[in-house]
Amino acid sequence: MHMPRLEKIWIAIGIATMAAFFVTLITLAVASDLNPPSTEGMTIDPTRVMQTPPFDKPGLHQIGPHLYEAYYVGQIFQWSPRELKVPAGSTVRFFVTSTDVVHGFTIPTADVNAEVMPGWISEVDHTFNSPGTYLVLCNQYCGAGHANMFSRVEVTR
Amino acid sequence: MSKRENRLILAHIWVALGAMFVGTAFGLLQVYSRAGAHVTEFFDYYRLLTAHGVLLAIVFTTFFICGIATYATYSAIPRENRSLAIGWTAWSIMLFGTVMAAVEILAGNASVLYTFYAPLKASPWFYLGATLLVAGSWVVMLDILVQIKAYKRAHPGMNVPLPSFVAAITFIMWFIATLGVAGEMLLLIPWAFGWTSGIDVHLTRILFWYFGHPLVYFWIMGAYMVWYTVLPRMLGIPVWSDSLTRLAFILLLVLSLPVGIHHQLMDPGISNVWKMLQVGLTLAVVLPSLMTAFAIFASFETYAAKQGKTGFFGIVGCLPWSNPAFTGTALAMILFIFGGFGGIVNTSYSMDILVHNTMWIVGHFHITVGGPVALTFLATTYLLIPKLTGRILMTPRMANAQVIGYFVGMSLMSIGMHVEGLLGAPRRTAHLDYGTSVVASSWESWSILAAVGGTIVFINILLYAFCLIGLFSIKAYGETDFAFAEAEDPQSSPWWLSRMDIWVTAAIILMIVAYAGPIWEHFHEGPIYLAPGMRTW
Repeated sequence: MHMPRLEKIWIAIGIATMAAFFVTLITLAVASDLNPPSTEGMTIDPTRVMQTPPFDKPGLHQIGPHLYEAYYVGQIFQWSPRELKVPAGSTVRFFVTSTDVVHGFTIPTADVNAEVMPGWISEVDHTFNSPGTYLVLCNQYCGAGHANMFSRVEVTR
Repeated sequence: MSKRENRLILAHIWVALGAMFVGTAFGLLQVYSRAGAHVTEFFDYYRLLTAHGVLLAIVFTTFFICGIATYATYSAIPRENRSLAIGWTAWSIMLFGTVMAAVEILAGNASVLYTFYAPLKASPWFYLGATLLVAGSWVVMLDILVQIKAYKRAHPGMNVPLPSFVAAITFIMWFIATLGVAGEMLLLIPWAFGWTSGIDVHLTRILFWYFGHPLVYFWIMGAYMVWYTVLPRMLGIPVWSDSLTRLAFILLLVLSLPVGIHHQLMDPGISNVWKMLQVGLTLAVVLPSLMTAFAIFASFETYAAKQGKTGFFGIVGCLPWSNPAFTGTALAMILFIFGGFGGIVNTSYSMDILVHNTMWIVGHFHITVGGPVALTFLATTYLLIPKLTGRILMTPRMANAQVIGYFVGMSLMSIGMHVEGLLGAPRRTAHLDYGTSVVASSWESWSILAAVGGTIVFINILLYAFCLIGLFSIKAYGETDFAFAEAEDPQSSPWWLSRMDIWVTAAIILMIVAYAGPIWEHFHEGPIYLAPGMRTW
């Protein structure tokens, strides 16, 4: 099989580029903990979410200085809680589950993005540095009212 | 090729084009709805979005690829009085399944989008119809393999002709990929009939994407079939390299498959190590595409050298830009450069958090399947349909304007969607009215650009229809030059490039490596709760 020299160079550049991308991603994952939300083994009975603490009382829990846990329940077609208030500089750990179908939990300007499946708890963390109103919306099709499924995070000074 | 063989190929092409016309019309309504036109009072957005996705991404592509792969195989392996029983059986099963699924979608019983994520519960007939469409395409694979077997019997020790080889590789990849969705259907269908009470949501997603990304490569391989074997014929040159074409398709067979989890990077329940493994494999599948780019530019250079032209502008300038089939295919390739770049971003692990489920993804697949693949297929029909019907395309200029217009429209729409997505706009939503949100208002102008682009695409689909109507109303008959090219030395490849069994084994082993971990993990981490089904539309 004959491969011209130019193509060998071209392929070598291609392999080197892809390898560099891959090594960069691994390095960032290991060194800077830049990982996707891959909550492992956190399951919940989707038919009993409303009776299962802490999802029976969705909302914010302070667990340390500038550190919060927020429990969200996705249900057609709304997020509970409807609104959350945290001071700027807070790190919030979002724990999200669904009582019905698959939802997508996202805060567009805050790099918060996770699929939310019934039966599973998704975790995604974010530190809110700038004050303002953040839109929390559903980015996975969940039914007729999908586009109306949103809530807010108010980050105060 | 006999008339009766042509009829079978044409039957596939007509169903593909029928699905394309209907699907594109629905797409137009969607871009307007998202641009704030409040048109959803008149139609059910998600019902038509499901139809748009299924008709364009599944029906149009699958039928077209079945048609062109059958054609490639039949013309590379000519046989007297070939039995078309398998071919027509396949087509009939596929069409029956398509009609069944389409009726359920349009009746509003399956507004689950083309990913049909459980526990959204569609009518069982939708799942059955989709299953039949896929099962019918397996029969097309069987037909291709039967022809290859006949060739091998008649020509012992020889390599299978290139066009039939790439057709077979494409369908073997497709078969392994669709085993995933077939497995998913085995869970969904009894559940949709009410025979089982709950569904393992996560497992259905893993099985869907086991199929869902190779599906993308099925489309791409269909387009590559044209780029590698039809494009040289348009230029009047042989295939650039027999062995490198085979190698590219073999790499596609092996590497297209174990990549689906990069669609589930934002899913819980799959650990980072398995995600990273498939990210790496997805980056590896860039390789055959780079080889393809090289082969195409080499073909262009060969063509230009025959005209005595060299240098970038010399080469680009001398290409047959007045041939709509060529122009469309070349513009499709340009779109794929950007589509490929975007794809690398999407699979880049943590970076996916920025774009997952945003309009960026929609912009991405409109310059992959919607651009390169669809435009290649449409451009090909400007040769294929005249060839198969014995008519002559009398409107080549209009056809040329059509492919250029489609390219412009698709580019604008895709740019609008990409930027919208980077600014955070979600995909799959009927409108973008999120109260008085500042973020949401930043999406407006880009969604309008997408609507402008979508309108241009739609106008050019009408123009395409017009060219076809012209083809059939003007009484001009003659021979159109359409055929599958082979290399100058078609038997030059080493034996290991023609042995499918080795590569199928390699593909299966890699599939086990990529999926054993996540599936084992699924069954061993925490209790699995089955979700009851729901109709939320």
